[in-house]
Order: sequence, then C-alpha cells, then structure tokens
Amino acid sequence: MYWDQKIETMARGELEKLQLARLGRTLERAKQSEHYGRLFGRMKLATEKIRTLADVQDLPLTTKEDLRELWPYGFLACSRDELVRMHSSSGTTGRATVIFHTASDIAAWTDLLARSMYMTGMRRSDVFQNMMTYGLFTGGLGFHYGAEKIGALVIPAGAGNSKRQIQLIRDFETTAIHIIPSYALHLSTVFEEVGCDPRRDTKLRLAFLGAEPHSEKMRRKIEEFYGFKGFNSYGLSEMNGPGMAFECPEQNGMHIWEDNFIVEIIDPKTLKPLPDGEEGELVTTTLLREGMPILRYRTKDLTRIIPGPCPCGRTHRRIERIKGRTDDMMILKGVNIFPIQIEKKLMEIPGVGTNFLIILDREEYNDHMTVKVEVQKEYFGGDLHQLEALRRRIVEELKSDILISPKVDLVEPDSLPKSEGKAKRVIDNRKD
Amino acid sequence: MITYQLSIFAENKPGRLAAVTKVLAKEKINIRATTIATSDTFGVINLIVDDPKRAEEALKKTGMTVSLSPVLAVLIPDQPGGLDRLTQLLFAEGVNINNAYGFVLEGHQKAVFVVSVDQVEKAENLLEKKGFQTLDAEALSAIEPFHYMKY
Repeated sequence: MYWDQKIETMARGELEKLQLARLGRTLERAKQSEHYGRLFGRMKLATEKIRTLADVQDLPLTTKEDLRELWPYGFLACSRDELVRMHSSSGTTGRATVIFHTASDIAAWTDLLARSMYMTGMRRSDVFQNMMTYGLFTGGLGFHYGAEKIGALVIPAGAGNSKRQIQLIRDFETTAIHIIPSYALHLSTVFEEVGCDPRRDTKLRLAFLGAEPHSEKMRRKIEEFYGFKGFNSYGLSEMNGPGMAFECPEQNGMHIWEDNFIVEIIDPKTLKPLPDGEEGELVTTTLLREGMPILRYRTKDLTRIIPGPCPCGRTHRRIERIKGRTDDMMILKGVNIFPIQIEKKLMEIPGVGTNFLIILDREEYNDHMTVKVEVQKEYFGGDLHQLEALRRRIVEELKSDILISPKVDLVEPDSLPKSEGKAKRVIDNRKD
Repeated sequence: MITYQLSIFAENKPGRLAAVTKVLAKEKINIRATTIATSDTFGVINLIVDDPKRAEEALKKTGMTVSLSPVLAVLIPDQPGGLDRLTQLLFAEGVNINNAYGFVLEGHQKAVFVVSVDQVEKAENLLEKKGFQTLDAEALSAIEPFHYMKY
C-alpha cells in the first residue's frame, strides 16, 4: 500500500522536524550558489537563525525571472562535474529556465515518482506506457525512471502517433499510461475510429493525467471512456517536474511530498502566508536538491491546501486542483506559453500592426490556438499574395518559438478590441 | 496611359464591402469595375473608380487600409481574339499579369481590359507602340460601361 510507509505516514511533528533539518542543509548548500550567496550577504541573513518552519517567511522568494537573470549557472550550488542531467521548462525557447541535477537529485526525484505511482496501485507486474515527450521536458524521463524503479515494464512510446499508441497498448497489454488529459480525449476519438473499445479490448487500469490543468468533469469523462482510474499529477520543472504532488486512491486532492518540499500558500499581492484552506499562490522550497536548491519558489499556480487528514493515512498535506495562474501563462497541449513570447515574435515581423489577440478553443477534444494579427496600414500594397506570404511567415515564426502551429488570421488595423490602456491579449474559450 | 486601381484590405465577413460602397456612394464616386480576391478569413477588394485619389482619401479617413496601384486599362475590340492579341503580346515580351478583369463598353464593339502587371511602364510603352489605346482615370470616367464582367 505504501512505497515508503515511514515517510508517507510520519506524524506531522516528526515530519516537520525532518523538514527543518533538511532546510538547514539546503540553506548551507544554497549559500554556495552565486544567487543566494549574494542575496544572503545583502540581506545579512544568518542561516542559523532559521530555527522553526515559521522562520521560512524570512527567506527570500525566488521567481522565474531570478532564474532567467542568472541563467544558466547562477543557482548552481555544486561543481559542474557533479551534474548528471539537465532539464528545461516546457515550451519556452531562448532563456528557458534550466534545472541541473546531480546523481543524488535524480535518485530522489525517481523515488518520488515511484512513491507516487505505487500510491495509485502501480506494481512491478504492470506494463507502463509513457505517452509524453522525452527530452528536455520532465514528463518523459521523470516517469520513465520512476516506473522502472517500481519494476514495471516501461514502454517509452513518447508523444503523438495515435494509431501506434493504440497498437502498443493492444500488442503489449499496457495496463498503465501517462498522458496529457487533452490528448487522452483526442485519443478516444482515434480509438473509436479504429473500432477499438478500450474497456473491452485493452487491459488499461491506471492513468496518470498530468502536465496540464484539467477539471474534475474532464477526468470523469476520460475515466468513463477508457474504464481506468485517472490520477492527477502536478509538478513543475523548477521543482523536478512530476512527482511533486500526486493523487492517492481517494482522488481528492494531491499529496505534496513534504519530506522533499516545504509548502506555503501566499497571497500573491501582499506575499503574506495564508492559512490552510485559503486559496492563494503555491510557493515551494526544495529540501533534498543538491545541484540547484531553490528557496520559496513562486509557482504562479493558484490552489489551496485541503485542511484535515486524508483517509488514506498519508500525513503529507494535499493541494487542490490548480485553479489558475497569477500570471498570464497559457498551457496548450502540455506546452507553457506566455503571451509575451508571441508578442515579441510578432513585433519582429515587418507588416504586423500594433495589436493582436490569442484565442484558445477546444474542438473535438483538441486544443487550438488562433492568433488574430492586425496588419500594418502602410504595409498593405494591394496584393493578396503579399498578405498570404505574411500570414505564412507568422505561422512559421510562431511555430518555431512556441512549438505549436497556430492558426493565424490577418485582420484590419484597429479592428481588435482594446480595453482601457492595456490591450486584451487572450480569450480562453476552452471548457472541460 | 496609366490609371490607378484602388485596393482595400478587408476581413472576409458580412458588411465589409457594404462599408466601402457606402463611403463611395456618399462621395458620389462612380465604380467602373470591381473584383474581390479572398483567402480564407481575409481578402482584397479591387476597384476601378472615376476618381481614385479622392476615393482613397475618403476611404482612408474612415480607417480603412487602402492602397493605390498603377494598372493599365486597355481598350480592346469586343470580338473573338480581341483579348488574345493583348495577352499574346504581353506574354511574348515576358510581362506577367498579376490580376486582370474587364468590362464591355459597347456590346460587340469595345471592351476595357484592366491588367495589373509586374512591369507597368514597359507594358505601357509596348502597348502604345503596338497601337493599343490605354485609358487614364479621366478617360475612364467619361465612358459609359455597358455591363461588368469578371475574369
């Protein structure tokens, strides 16, 4: 039932003691990095003064901007020789945040994923098909290692190629999958197309739904179609990636592994901590990271801690489904996209006017992005081909940056809605 | 002679052409010929009018995206082979036609063929040398079209 019973069911008092001891070591390590070394010096922060978990509030917050500013090695707390792996946040190019791991970091992360999957009922007898992109994205290798640690047979299918995915599921009697929820819905249409009923024709029993926020209704819909139990998985590359918080068989909130992370919910405006039960921004501190410890990282994700113990017996607190973002990040097919990325690209292209609008739609379980772009008045030379070439160029340029091929509509100058002062950039029509 | 074609960038949705004709009606500008080229969600409305400069100003004032480009309005006989003589000539000289449309002036007598080409001046000289008559905006506004036809 438990992968690591001692840790998973540890009494709160003991768990907090463990956290504090690990925090002390984390601070000592963090000091070795350029960023925290400098910051602690400037703040005259004496790490030995951090005696209780409440003192965590005295530590500085860390943002994605901080990571970008000292890109790529400014947070490194060890020599580069000790590193064995790097990962990067999904979707972004240029100054994408990069995370480095030592061998012991990878081992700790792997253990968290094994623990998470074991919690949902995965065992060494399972056949696990990982339908996530392998590579810089943490969802591929993270789950892969965790499933191997449990001893399951891993099929590293990677993302896409729906018919082959179904073939693999049938040929090798896959029992567990890791999949992006919107892709799970899309794949259901392919199952129908090839005349395969997953309830009747496959052995699927478990699914890890991750890399994309989704509603309870969407989960139920996926479970209904496939006949498996779907478990919500949360993580971000700065905190390893998946395996940070995971649902137990109760399917009521995700246990965030507090032996590895200090969890806070703060008011995103005042930056003050909020009590359990109140909604705010999730802030987390790594406790076992050697290569790149990160203190009080602002995830920009909105959630709350579900008060009270979980019937499953685990003492690690649960966070609710992610409610939204404190910034304007969009997640499309598991790729993180900021409107500013699109804006920057568009403004580099001659002929593009001042305003644009991003519209997100969900059709046939597939997410689509449409970018409406105003054409510059002076650019128009009366020629349709010129406009078509401009549109093609915009599609190509955006695709190279955000990895998703958007539909681009050219619109007349000054035709897009402008709200007072700040233009409205994103309309999200996606529901469930 | 060279005349000017008015091109308007418009989204492919109801009311866009109506917005253009409303302005021109108000300004009492006469339309001699029109074509529309569309690409999915947007398109270009091309117009030959009797006063292109004034039409351009009026449309721009309402915020529309307008462009004036030189075209040749060639008088051709309205009979079999009339257009062929013109197109063969342009082809022989390597002049490319980007867009073309026309209207009949007098049934079975005369027609006007509007061509937008890649080398306007070269084509203009060529046509004059070969005895084609080209019309400017003034000449175009003087003639009474019989009906429009689109190529």
